[in-house]
Amino acid sequence: MADVDDERIRNSVENLGRVVVAFVSEFGYYLALVYESFYWVVAGPFKRQPVRFAAAVSQMVEVGIAALPIVFVLSFAIGVMLAIQGVHTLKQFGAETQVVLGIALSVTREFGPLITGILVAGRTGSALAARVGTMQVNQEIDALRVMGINPVRYLVSPVLLAMLVMMPAITLFSDLAAMLGGAVYCNAGLGLGYVAYWDQGTAFITANDVMQGLLKSMVFAVIITLIGVSNGFSVSGGAEGVGRATTRAVVLAISYIVLADMTFTYFLNR
Amino acid sequence: MNTDFAIQVEDLVTHYGPVKILDQINLAINPGEIMIIMGGSGSGKSTLLRHLLGLHTPTSGSIKLLGKDITKVSPTEMHDLRTNMGVSFQGGALISSMTVGENIQLPLREHTKLDESTMGIMARMKLEVVNLGGFEDLMPSQLSGGMIKRAALARAIVMDPKMLFFDEPSAGLDPVAASELDDLILKLRDSMKMTIVVVTHELESAFKIADRITVLDHGKILLTGSVSEVKNSSIARVQDLLNRRSRHDQINADEYMDRLTGET
Repeated sequence: MADVDDERIRNSVENLGRVVVAFVSEFGYYLALVYESFYWVVAGPFKRQPVRFAAAVSQMVEVGIAALPIVFVLSFAIGVMLAIQGVHTLKQFGAETQVVLGIALSVTREFGPLITGILVAGRTGSALAARVGTMQVNQEIDALRVMGINPVRYLVSPVLLAMLVMMPAITLFSDLAAMLGGAVYCNAGLGLGYVAYWDQGTAFITANDVMQGLLKSMVFAVIITLIGVSNGFSVSGGAEGVGRATTRAVVLAISYIVLADMTFTYFLNR
Repeated sequence: MNTDFAIQVEDLVTHYGPVKILDQINLAINPGEIMIIMGGSGSGKSTLLRHLLGLHTPTSGSIKLLGKDITKVSPTEMHDLRTNMGVSFQGGALISSMTVGENIQLPLREHTKLDESTMGIMARMKLEVVNLGGFEDLMPSQLSGGMIKRAALARAIVMDPKMLFFDEPSAGLDPVAASELDDLILKLRDSMKMTIVVVTHELESAFKIADRITVLDHGKILLTGSVSEVKNSSIARVQDLLNRRSRHDQINADEYMDRLTGET
């Protein structure tokens, strides 16, 4: 009896150990990937392997511009929802007009970056994992390496640059779209004029609030890129493997984004 | 020690996890020679190729390409070596998001400062070499298997490398396309004096193009020799491969039992 218990404890400790080792090694891999991506941006030109500006720009279009319509729709809807909930809550205190403060603060600090992060994780994170994973399966990554083209420099660095530029830009766009959504509802529901809404909103929020959101979005940019790419690189086992990596990339990226967001919010608001 | 070999492998030992894949491989390939690496599935021939390409780090031993030990060279030296290597992968491994022409220009674009029109001309020249003239604007997905392999070959030779590596060049091709590819390999060696390493299990094409053949089995070299030496070899396993005979390994009853019960 004692032997069985012993073995069970030993097994669970062993499993815990495995999980911890797997987590630490994956985290270490992310850090190495970040380092290598930035290394090529800085040192590439001296090693005759510059990061192509054109590749980064085309990624910016892909990551940023192409995402604008859906970002607008979702952010606008979030703005309307915030306005509805805000008015409903504040009505109990007879303070409906304060709703603008609630919308402006929660959008710039929280919902703008979060909705953008989740959306880009779904669009770009999955696309990265699928693209890199398919290249891995088809030996295209090997082909790049034997041609003397570093895959991280060629595939990852341009995306990371593009993401770091575009994520804050889309987040700002998302902030504005959500504010507009709130304005439309306030105008229809409370009869609040657009100019008055804008004046109230901008009077409350500071540059710091907006910067907090943009800073978060840059962290999300790194998270999405790394998780997408590293899951792509680790694909094995054909088409099914690519599918698994893509799913894993999206789920992990969104989870890490929400956790990072919580951590950030906690520390930035102490 | 002879340093005139284009490719020289000494005492190469490699593992995949705890499993030993290659064991004490010694191989020397002369400049301008076509060396065929032959063996059944799981013999380690693909692994040997991947090590020659510098895609894996061996457990021990050395691999010298053009006199430089790739297990010890600096990244910059490896980078220079890579511009002297061309590789044609089994599935072609063309970048699927680029046209055929862009694929072939890729090494030029990354390693040279040639202008756009020169790169275009060079890519078209190489496409002519592999009989794919006029196909540069198609996407890889629009090509047949044989065309993809030839396009991949055009990309492999666009930098005029000194060494050319093929992984299963005739796998998945019809006999005519396979034979054309063999002719192309011979033509390349004769016109450009390349050192060529081909990994294959296709006997016919091996005998047609080989200067020498190395036969691998279970991670060990059975023999290295000319076509006739291999054909006349008295080693049973070599004759099995040549005559498409099933292997007649004796089954060890105890080991068999252990494998079945999962106790190893």
